[in-house]
This record gives sequence, C-alpha cells and structure tokens, in this order.
Amino acid sequence: MAGKPKLYYFDGRGKMESIRWLLAAAGVEFEEEFLETREQYEKLLQGGSLMFQQVPMVEIDGMKMVQTRAILNYIAAKHNLYGKDLKERALIDMYVGGTDDLMGFIMMFPFLPAEDKEKQRAFIVQKATSRYFPAYEKVLKDHGQDFLVGNNFSWADVHLLEAILMVEEKKSDVLSGFPHLQAFKARISSIPTIKKFLEPGSQRKPVPDDKYVETVRRVLRMYYDIKAN
Amino acid sequence: MSGKPKLHYFNGRGRMEAIRWLLAAAGVEFEECFLETKDDLTKLQKDGSLMFQQVPMVEIDGMKMVQTRAILNYIAAKHNLYGKDLKERALIDMYVEALIDLYELLMTHAFQPADKKEQHFANIVDKTTNRYFPVYEKVLKDHGQDFLVGNRLSRADVHLLETLLMAEECKPDILAQFPLLQSFKARISNIPTIKKFLQPGSQRKPPLQEKDVPKLMKIFH
Repeated sequence: MAGKPKLYYFDGRGKMESIRWLLAAAGVEFEEEFLETREQYEKLLQGGSLMFQQVPMVEIDGMKMVQTRAILNYIAAKHNLYGKDLKERALIDMYVGGTDDLMGFIMMFPFLPAEDKEKQRAFIVQKATSRYFPAYEKVLKDHGQDFLVGNNFSWADVHLLEAILMVEEKKSDVLSGFPHLQAFKARISSIPTIKKFLEPGSQRKPVPDDKYVETVRRVLRMYYDIKAN
Repeated sequence: MSGKPKLHYFNGRGRMEAIRWLLAAAGVEFEECFLETKDDLTKLQKDGSLMFQQVPMVEIDGMKMVQTRAILNYIAAKHNLYGKDLKERALIDMYVEALIDLYELLMTHAFQPADKKEQHFANIVDKTTNRYFPVYEKVLKDHGQDFLVGNRLSRADVHLLETLLMAEECKPDILAQFPLLQSFKARISNIPTIKKFLQPGSQRKPPLQEKDVPKLMKIFH
C-alpha cells in the first residue's frame, strides 16, 4: 500500500482539478484511478466507498474523503497552506470562494449545448474582468506583497493561478487590464512545484473535450441538459 | 459601535440562514441590516463593502466578510464548533458540504416554475431519503453517540438540525424511516441556545413564500 493519496475521478478536470493543483503545489505525489465505465462507478458505490454516491473521492491518510471542499481544506491545512491563524484563514476562504465561483462558471462550459457556449464564454469573461479579477488586483496592489495572504504562499495563491489560466483559455488577453495579476501569474508559475505541474507530462488535465463530456454522462447517466448562466 | 456581528442580507433565509443558526447555537448575539430594494444592494456595492459585490456579508471582528463558507468556517472555528483536530474537521467538512448540497435543493424549491415543481419535489424526496439522510442515520448508529463528530456539539450537528427541519417543512413525515435522526432532532433542539432560536420571536426566518419571490428577484436581478 502506497502512502500516496489516490484520486478517483474521470480522466479530466471537473471538480478534481483544484485538488490536483493543491497536491502538486504542496509537492505531494498522488495516484489516480480514472472512471471510464459505469461498472467501475457501480463497483465503487457497492463497495461503500462513496459516502454520498459521488466523486471526487480521495483516499488519504486512512480516510475515503469526499466533498471537494472538505478534501481541499484538509490538504491545505495539513501542508501549511491555510494561513497561520483564524483571520488569515478567513481571508483565504473568502478569496478561494471567489475563485471557486468563477471556476464554477467554466466547469459547466463543456456540458452546454453548442449554441449556448458563446454566450457563456462572454459571461465568464465579463464576470472575471468586472467582478473577480478587480478584487484580487486590489488585494495585491493594496499590500504590495508577493502572495495574497500573510506574505506567505497559500492555497489562495494556487487557486487564483488556476482560475487565471482557465479564464485565459477562454480569452487569452483577459489579464490586459490587470498588471498585478500578470506579475502574480508569472511569479506563482515559477514556484518549483507549480512550474513542474505546468510542464507537459504532469498530472494536470487538458481543457475538457467532447470525449470527456461523453464519459461523464455515460458513467453518471447524467443525460439532462445543463443550462447556461 | 456594538461588538456584535452585523448581518447584511434580505429579510429571509437564503444563504444567510445557516450563519444565523451557527451564531445562535454559539450563543452569539447579532444584528441584522435587511436589504429591501435594489438600491440597498447597489449602495453596499458602491461603497466597497462587498468584495465580490454579493451578499451575504457579515461585519465581524473588524472584517467585512463575504462568501458563506468563509463566514461559517470563521464562526465555527472561533467558537470551538469545528472539531479538535484536522481529522475531526475533515469529517465535519464532509458532512457539512453534503448538507449544503441538500440545502441548495431545498432552497430552490420556491423558485421552480409551476411545470417543474412536482418533478423537483420528487427529486428532493428521493435525494433526501436515499442519498443524504441514510448517511447521517448510519453515522449516529455506528458510534451510538449524541453528536455527529467527536462526541461533542459541532457545526455539523447545527447544520444537520437546520436541514432536517427544512426537509420536514417540505414533507412532514420525511423522517419516518430514520429513528436516530428523529431522536437527534429532539436532542439537539433541546440545547438551550438552539431551543431559544427555535422559539417564536427569534431571528430565525420563516420559509420563503411564493409571494415574496418577485420582490427578491427585483433586488438581485
């Protein structure tokens, strides 16, 4: 039995990607089991491995953890990426909440009917540039430090970098009005563990495609329509 | 200036209710500032009080906190309702996050268009009785303790009670197959701070009425 965390999910980003980012940033090696078939999923269900019948699920430190936020909180705290006290944690939680909302708009994108995608892309860019990026730009500008919270690398920095890169995939020049975020992006991308994760061959997953959508729908029998925001 | 936390939201449950419950359970008195019109929301947005231009917002300990989870995490940790170590927190987080999912389902019921309501209701009953409640029933059965985690009161117990009561509002006999959840409900409801919150006249909000939905839509859309 390896001591490494083991991730159970589809071979794609979805709700597991933020967990991959955080483990990678913390320098933690992990294994993955990819759900390809309905049978695999049912086997996990029957084995009682999925507390609420859902993935992500991560085997870590003797637990079968579910619920993305629970998993992220645990990893962050275990690896000292959750601030040094309650007030820093409050800031980190606020910032992560914002990037989580933003990435949520992007997560549903591949599941939208083709005719809704352009509208959703515009929505994502609009929210990023008018609501979320200005907030983080201001945080960095106001304290002038390298990291979002406590002058120390934290989960909030990892999550924000992930969100920035995801939005850039939708509009490559989206950071043009945000000089502090541009510098932040370069700086955090250079952190050795993150730099490694950004290189080809890492466990980072690519932009979801139709094959990914098809796999999710097939395994979860999730054939209903997703609506755009 | 009072030392009390101040809650900014509309006069209803929504995403603020879990925060009201947790503060009440912790025995913390709080004030509320209700948004009645779109102008009230705009004013808060313009004066820079809302980091992402959204409510809930809670003024607490010199911070203007936003993001429901962040606020709940802070209150829980501050008042020792978040477990004694990382592993207890992991359990609490798993239980609470699932309850948030269930709460979303319950909360959106009032907003369903007439032609979707029945199907939505069926989905609520199905998820509640087949996915969520059996888990908590089993947790209580397996350890035989009074509380979900660590043999003492935590935020998980507070959120579960809140959700049980909301589910009962949807379908009064929804706990019929869950004897341990029934006794849990009675037991946690009797905790003095929570008992007080459950009495008429407290800051607990009633379920959203259909007639209030248009007013809400005006503020937020």
